[in-house]
Amino acid sequence: MTRFLFHRLWQSALVLGLMSFAVYSLIGLMPGDPVDLMITADPKITPEDAARLRELYGLNKSIFERYGNWLAAALSGDFGYSRLHAKPVMEVIIPALGNTVTLLGLSFTLALAIALPAGIAAAYRPYSKTDYAINLAAFAGISVPPFWLALMLIIVFAVILGVLPAGGLGTLGAGGIWENTRFLVLPVASLTIASIGGHTRYMRAAMIETLRQDYIRTARATGAGEVRVVFGHALRNALIPVVTIIALDFGYLFSGALITETIFAWPGMGRLIYDAIMGNDFNLALVALLLATLLTLAGNFLADVAYVWLDPRVSFREVER
Amino acid sequence: MTALSTRQIQGESMWALTWRRFLKHRLAVISLGVLAVLAVAALAAPLTAALLGSDGETVDLFNRFQGPSLGHPLGTDAIGRDTLIRLLYGGRISLFVGLTAAVAAAVIGTLIGILAGYFGGRLDALLMRFTDGVIALPLLPLLIVLAALDLNKLGLPDAVAASENISLYRIVVIVALVGWTTVARLVRGSALSLRERDFVRAAEAQGASAWRIMGVHILPNLASPIIVATTLSVGNVILLESVLSFLGLGIQPPIPSWGNLLTNAQELIWDAPALAFYPGVMIFVTVIAFNFLGDGLQDALDPRATDRRIAGMSN
Repeated sequence: MTRFLFHRLWQSALVLGLMSFAVYSLIGLMPGDPVDLMITADPKITPEDAARLRELYGLNKSIFERYGNWLAAALSGDFGYSRLHAKPVMEVIIPALGNTVTLLGLSFTLALAIALPAGIAAAYRPYSKTDYAINLAAFAGISVPPFWLALMLIIVFAVILGVLPAGGLGTLGAGGIWENTRFLVLPVASLTIASIGGHTRYMRAAMIETLRQDYIRTARATGAGEVRVVFGHALRNALIPVVTIIALDFGYLFSGALITETIFAWPGMGRLIYDAIMGNDFNLALVALLLATLLTLAGNFLADVAYVWLDPRVSFREVER
Repeated sequence: MTALSTRQIQGESMWALTWRRFLKHRLAVISLGVLAVLAVAALAAPLTAALLGSDGETVDLFNRFQGPSLGHPLGTDAIGRDTLIRLLYGGRISLFVGLTAAVAAAVIGTLIGILAGYFGGRLDALLMRFTDGVIALPLLPLLIVLAALDLNKLGLPDAVAASENISLYRIVVIVALVGWTTVARLVRGSALSLRERDFVRAAEAQGASAWRIMGVHILPNLASPIIVATTLSVGNVILLESVLSFLGLGIQPPIPSWGNLLTNAQELIWDAPALAFYPGVMIFVTVIAFNFLGDGLQDALDPRATDRRIAGMSN
């Protein structure tokens, strides 16, 4: 078991390493480099000055050399300065990370709390009216553009009804807990709805398959009650594939957070990345993107742990996937 | 015992059988109809524009935010352009991007999947770990970086980088670059089992080259999963395109797309909520129709999978 997890960990580290180089190179291909930005800020800079500055900052070196320097600095804990925020990158990222974790954690929990029971209910009697209705709702959830859903929620609850704020983050210490929670309702709702559909369909499919197994028939034959059959015997086995697929959706969830945060002006990682890329804040964009990748990979790794815990056979199968 | 009908005796072609199975999936049939109507409406956009006497481009500041009327069935936008006509033109772009990018992604995915599945071994391990890596990435932030790249720095000539439709081609390329993973995994799985089949073994024994086996013997047998996965991914591509355009990184105005029609709508939701409503409904209807269509095609093209689907193995 430890060997399986160790292998996965190593693989994640490799992906992260490759990703850091890829993103570093890509960011170098975005319009304008730091010296271009200085030229726009100060028209007195001559082409000779620009060339000298490029040399001073090492911008004329090869991409590998520059990446090596960046990596060495990053590994020693120096991630550079954010241009937009005029602060060290980490000081900008950490509060944003906290906000994103709140948003994602709440939506993820809520989505599972709705999707798993819905999927089980649909699977219990496949092709019944209940199943049909749940399936239809799931298809609708998958197909709705998440940002449009967010806009519609704003129109209904902020514009027409005026009961919830259209965006932002409550000021801490002012207005109490309810006042602050109000700002969370719409972002969490839109992010949750965006992921329920997929999860429900996975759960339904896995549960239908499990309920057809021989051991379920055996359990029924021994006189076990339906609740015991479904939740005691079937659920754990049905969860195995669901956990894997949902973990692969972590990246998707993060993408959803980017949309939601941008629309609701929620100061999290997604919005930070968007603003950094749009505002030529290279250091910030690079570190934030890598941190997002790290989060996704960590989510996948947690899923592997859960997988081993749910399915003891994995430990004997060694590294099969 | 009743007499057999002629049809039962003569048998039916594979496609006729497939079509009959498809017709049983009511939602898929309705979706096909809806998509046909949408496509015709989008293609006929200039005709509608001529009928209504407005072109969707002319600015008319005296007629901003008009409600629905005979001349403007869905009203006008913030600078007096006809909403319906802009929606129809936007549909052309969104459908074009959805179809071309999905097909391009399917081509890449098929190539990677068939190579990994047929050759197996090290190449398979390498390609599949690469695929896993791409799947694990946070997609949207990466797409935003790709969409923000300076094309001149990539070495593209100015004539290309500055052309009017560049935002259109750019989005097709970047969506294809990240969208191939599902097809690759599906194709690899099928190719893996197909290469053990007797007809492939026979071809190998006759000395057919690897390319011939992949192209002539394996590829045709992969048609069903590829068609289904591509249909399903059209919906996803349309969603991605709309998100990127909404964020200002996809299709650039003045070319309208359903995504960028919504960009301005957010600033205007207090003044003109209806403007935010229509483009989203169009995206929603199109995407759900493609998803149902894919579902129906899956049932029709792979009846054995339907048994498994009832069992719920594939999804």
